[in-house]
Amino acid sequence: MSNSIYTELSWLANPPANFSLACKGLLEGERNSIGQRLRSLASFALNENQLNRLAKATENLRRAGAELAPLTPFRLGVLSNSTTDYIAPALVATALRYGISLECIRADYDQTIQEALSADSTINAAKPDAVLIGVDYRALPIRSKPGDAEAARASIDAAFDYLETIRRGIKEHSGAICIVQTLAPAPEPIFGSFDRVLPGTAGYIVDALNRRLAESVLGTDDVLLDVARLAETVGLAEWHSPTQWNLARLPFSNAFLPLYADHVSRIVGALRGKSRRCLVLDLDNTVWGGVIGDDGLEGIQCAQGDATGEAFLSVQRLALELRDRGIVLAVSSKNNDDVARSPFRNHPEMLLREDHIAVFQANWNDKATNIKAIAEELSLGLESMVLLDDNPAERGLVRQILPEVAVPELPADPALYARTLSAAGYFESVAFSKEDSARATFYQDNARRVSLQKQAGDVDAYLASLNMEITFQPFNAAGRSRITQLINKSNQFNLTTRRYSEAEIAQIEGDSNCLTLQVRLADSLGDNGMISAVICRKASFSEWAIDTWLMSCRVLGRRVENMVLGEILEHARRNEIRTLTGVYLPTGRNSLVQDHYQKLGFTQTGSQPDGATTWELDVRSAQVEPAPMVVKSLGFEIGEAAPIR
Amino acid sequence: MNNVEILEKLGGVFHEVFDDTIDVKPELTAKDVDEWDSLAHIRLMLSVERAFQIKFSASEIGKLKNVGELAELIGRKVQ
Repeated sequence: MSNSIYTELSWLANPPANFSLACKGLLEGERNSIGQRLRSLASFALNENQLNRLAKATENLRRAGAELAPLTPFRLGVLSNSTTDYIAPALVATALRYGISLECIRADYDQTIQEALSADSTINAAKPDAVLIGVDYRALPIRSKPGDAEAARASIDAAFDYLETIRRGIKEHSGAICIVQTLAPAPEPIFGSFDRVLPGTAGYIVDALNRRLAESVLGTDDVLLDVARLAETVGLAEWHSPTQWNLARLPFSNAFLPLYADHVSRIVGALRGKSRRCLVLDLDNTVWGGVIGDDGLEGIQCAQGDATGEAFLSVQRLALELRDRGIVLAVSSKNNDDVARSPFRNHPEMLLREDHIAVFQANWNDKATNIKAIAEELSLGLESMVLLDDNPAERGLVRQILPEVAVPELPADPALYARTLSAAGYFESVAFSKEDSARATFYQDNARRVSLQKQAGDVDAYLASLNMEITFQPFNAAGRSRITQLINKSNQFNLTTRRYSEAEIAQIEGDSNCLTLQVRLADSLGDNGMISAVICRKASFSEWAIDTWLMSCRVLGRRVENMVLGEILEHARRNEIRTLTGVYLPTGRNSLVQDHYQKLGFTQTGSQPDGATTWELDVRSAQVEPAPMVVKSLGFEIGEAAPIR
Repeated sequence: MNNVEILEKLGGVFHEVFDDTIDVKPELTAKDVDEWDSLAHIRLMLSVERAFQIKFSASEIGKLKNVGELAELIGRKVQ
């Protein structure tokens, strides 16, 4: 359900099973880099109880005098007509997500006006950086008198003046910025739709008051927290829980506490310059549907009038809207540069064009390295960057190696990508200046490419943490249609680009002179399905020629090709094959594998004027550098192969 | 769901809301747990609602004397 994007904070990864233990671990053991550890624990989708636990740990650490740098300290006063104890811990824990070490100063229940107006009240005496005026419609003197326009005006004035008095009192006595909330209207109308028409109904008054509050903060130091919009987004009937209000004066259903706390923290983060500034886009299956290197310009989906295409266009549209308000756009894609740029140049339906992109990194490096290069090129910190990528393994890698970069989780349906990115609130802002709108044109005509960098971190450790399991089987009837699809679709990681029909594949299956491999890869993030296919043909009594070797680019950088070679060698040895030969046939789209055989230790035996090269490997002396994965070898006639480690 | 199963699942909820070292048994009351104040009680009951997919009324929440009674109330609702 789309609503769960908000209630579950679904752009954040789920917390690990040992979350409570990790919170405890902060208090015991070494006190180094506590700030980073707190922030990283806060970066998960935490529920109310988990937020509480993390807040408790944070407060205990602070009391014990622990050094929380590099977190930015912020003191927030909280005024409310409801239970402040209810929201304060959630705020403390959630602020960590934005790099803020938040100290909450709470006023007593329902003491809003007294706290604001007295110079020595708890809040004013504490001289906070900001005060959250967390009141809802029940706190305000709203008198509904349907049909009486005069009374309506008076009621709007009275409610507005009440809030103004609070704001003035705080400003005068503490100098703090006020965070003013709009009001979520009650979902129970008196007339029905007519409530919005008729002056003097509660709905009418709340509407007018919200407008006026919004106008009153523009051009001042105070900022708005649009609770009305938030509540409407998730549904007013869900937001207001009469039971919970009656029971414990909870101002909104506790299901939304993590979301509310995230919205408050965004504002606090924005006040301290923590908002993000650069959106890095993956391309294949993120900005368009399909894989440009395999599907080509005609095959990718980003056309108006097609449901899938429109889903991806909505991502492009959002990116452009963000760019118009000063967010820098960049690209990080595993592709050849010219292939990746071709839709930007030549696809008629693409909204994004090269000159919208400040840095365009299309290469075969890992994304962590590329994002670091992009940040350096733009002179932005990593904590300014957001990566939008459909591939969970890429997301996991970047999160692990560059924890400062925000990487939203994405739902299965691309139609919800734009909504998820927007719901995450990475680019929250409390002001908009001329410089912001000019920033985009500053990077006009750029689409620069940064040279390849040294690897940014320990990719191997991440690969090991994926618990990969690779499965080899010979071609069979069950795999036939997917094998045929791979053989006819793969263009990039494809050594020979030989195409075969399903009937031909069926024939190869039964050919005793062929060794065939269909390869599947599963990992802790899910099953990648069949990702590689190999055909070797017996060329002489002691030689196999590799007729076909291809792989899905989705699993590049996992060293699957090493494992595949290991498997081929295993079978070659059992069949008393001494020489393995391979050929690279260039097609203009497969330069990715130009050095494939060289990297795997083959010796070059020839080259053609068209760029084709031939290679050879001595089976007995061949060594393969293995990758951290469990190997399963199923369904081969000559016994089951022993796992290669 | 029998009483033993309910108590076991309830233990998980208690450990999420409070410290995970407390021994969740029928005689346990709010007095036995430091953090178990009125707000924590609401938080606990809302967490129980979510875990067992049931709803409590305000009067039911106010009446409970100990964990045993809570387990009995849950038992009546999950049947």
